[in-house]
Amino acid sequence: MKILVTVKRIPDPDESLKFAGNAIDTSSSKWVANAFDEYAVETALRMAEHIGNKDRLAEVIVCSVCPKDKRQHVTQFLAMGADRGVIVDADETAMDSQTVAKLVAEVFRREGCDLLVSGKLSQDSEGNEVAQRAAGLLDLPQASFAATLRWDRGANALTVGREVDDGVETKTIPLPAVVSVDLRIVLPHSVKNGATADDHKYSDGARLASLRGITMAKRKKVDVHTPAALGVTPSSHVAVAGVTAPEKRAAGQIVDSAQTLVNKLITEAKVL
Amino acid sequence: MGARCYHRFVPAPRSPYYTEDHEALRSTVRRFVEREVVPHIDQWERDGALPRALYLAAGEIGLLGLGFPEEYGGTPGDQFAQFVATEELCRAGSGGLVASLMSHGIGMPPVARLGSPQLKAQVLPPVLRGEKIAALAITEPSGGSDVANLRTRARLDGDHWVVDGSKTLITSGMQADYITTAVRTGGEGMEGVSLLVIPGDAPGLSRTPLQKMGWWCSDTATLYFEDCRVPVGNLVGMVNQGFAAIMSNFNGERLGIAAVAIGMAQVCYDEAVAYARQRETFGRPLITRQVIRHKLVDMAQDIGATRAYLEAIAWRVDRGQWPIAEVCMLKNQATQCLEHCAKEAVQILGGAGYVLGAKVERIYRETKVLSIGGGAEEIMKDLASRQLGL
Ligand SMILES: Cc1cc2nc3c(=O)[nH]c(=O)nc-3n(C[C@H](O)[C@H](O)[C@H](O)COP(=O)(O)OP(=O)(O)OC[C@H]3O[C@@H](n4cnc5c(N)ncnc54)[C@H](O)[C@@H]3O)c2cc1C
Repeated sequence: MKILVTVKRIPDPDESLKFAGNAIDTSSSKWVANAFDEYAVETALRMAEHIGNKDRLAEVIVCSVCPKDKRQHVTQFLAMGADRGVIVDADETAMDSQTVAKLVAEVFRREGCDLLVSGKLSQDSEGNEVAQRAAGLLDLPQASFAATLRWDRGANALTVGREVDDGVETKTIPLPAVVSVDLRIVLPHSVKNGATADDHKYSDGARLASLRGITMAKRKKVDVHTPAALGVTPSSHVAVAGVTAPEKRAAGQIVDSAQTLVNKLITEAKVL
Repeated sequence: MGARCYHRFVPAPRSPYYTEDHEALRSTVRRFVEREVVPHIDQWERDGALPRALYLAAGEIGLLGLGFPEEYGGTPGDQFAQFVATEELCRAGSGGLVASLMSHGIGMPPVARLGSPQLKAQVLPPVLRGEKIAALAITEPSGGSDVANLRTRARLDGDHWVVDGSKTLITSGMQADYITTAVRTGGEGMEGVSLLVIPGDAPGLSRTPLQKMGWWCSDTATLYFEDCRVPVGNLVGMVNQGFAAIMSNFNGERLGIAAVAIGMAQVCYDEAVAYARQRETFGRPLITRQVIRHKLVDMAQDIGATRAYLEAIAWRVDRGQWPIAEVCMLKNQATQCLEHCAKEAVQILGGAGYVLGAKVERIYRETKVLSIGGGAEEIMKDLASRQLGL
């Protein structure tokens, strides 16, 4: 079993935004890993490991489209426990999701992977597109926004729980397949692989890179491809029409009673 | 855990000392502190001890193994790695956390350096995994500065050492499973001192807790040894050769104390800046007052100079030197820096800085232990002056 996990670097979402003309200025940004990709890597690692046992049930490969010398996020995921990396050396900021999906799909094909796991979105553009597009390009079944996942190795299938507006939808999809994960996939009991005891309690959230993992990360194999070598011409069919900061919110007020609140909602906010 | 995660991978700063690996370590320890420590630290301070589960969690990410040999479950790391880890632990604003969670950092280096292979294999792996807690016991009720004249005795009886005496002010003393203890095995003075790893369940060992000004979540104890029997194999290094081991262990401890002082001074600065930005007096934020800004600049200047001093010494230590006078002066420089920054931070927070729950209130109570423990300020000056040939 080979699991490919997409990982992206993004400008630190906790930094305040700077604007340059009609764009967000990232020239002095700190680049960090997309949090949802951390959840994706955690999902793959939970699938691959057999707690209490040394055998690994899957190889976990992290794949990033990024300039090859800006790979710290890839190293971070190798330190967390992924087995190796694949970098597509390109300026991903100049590409649209379709191009990224094509590159990811091509890596998936060449590696002969069985499963693609992605974060449901990246926190910068919040596009929520790559996994679905890659599934389309690969013509594979998909389950997006996975909150729980059970790997049935006998049936070579995944059962995925998706939180939807009116409840939880449960889908069973055969492998090979594409899954995108939501935040709740890293709750202590969200991922089951049939090997680790079903009642094993993982710690809440993605695991931390251990000191040993950090030391080992640099020794792990990372292949670098160019888009051309993968037969993809980078392009973008998306044009940015404008970028503006959200309006500043006015200061709030603290009122001393429900009556005052109602009065203000009628007379000042005029919403009642 | 929230949809917007605040833990972050910090890119390597432009500095000759720090690599990407240091920043990866920083990120791991920062997140560990945010997840495992910050939500509970106030409770642990009230409890007067850290839970054993915390040691296990720290063992799991390899934090307890930092700087110890790989064959016993450690991860080699240079002085800068130690500094980064300490600085990040300090962000929880509790010196007691650093003191007790990392008490093996003073208790175990003599074992790793001088212990027999059997002793190392027995003691180090469970300590580095966080299953066992380690402590160092030098200080006695009769005095801590004058190590050469310690009184706790150990005499050989068959295949056991029999220990009589007491130790006090021992960090992690209530919980420790392995206590690296300085004992008199020979005649008077420094030539009669040995180091012995006393198991926490050794017959004849009893302990009582000490209530302190600060470091509340660190369990400090007085230990009593009455015909306490310890297997001969628990001797660390050669008999009557313990004094040099204790002295060289102090170097690492003093560098560590300097790191804690700098980490805590930085927290004081950060807290004071945040408060001064948000607090308004006479219609304006405090930070707009020149008096306040100058206080903050003085703090930043002190921290910057002290950090640079530590880094310069750490660089030399990583190259095999132990500049003893500099380490002594650094310890004093750093603890004075902290006394300065803690005092000003509490002042800037005003009454809010005096109320339990403010980080700076706790840190203010923790300044003195750093200028007394691990070699008091006066002792540091004496040692430095001898080393400088004055
Ligand atoms: C919270 C806490 C945790 C501690 N943890 C540990 C631990 O884990 N293990 C351990 O072994 N010890 C520990 N200690 C003890 C610490 O190392 C000693 O307190 C310290 O070495 C000083 O010893 P003392 O308290 O006996 O003071 P003394 O040696 O009695 O000295 C008293 C004062 O006199 C000054 N003084 C002493 N001699 C001279 C001199 N010749 N000239 C001028 N001035 C002098 C000292 O500077 C000091 O201020 C801890 C202390 C504290 C407060």
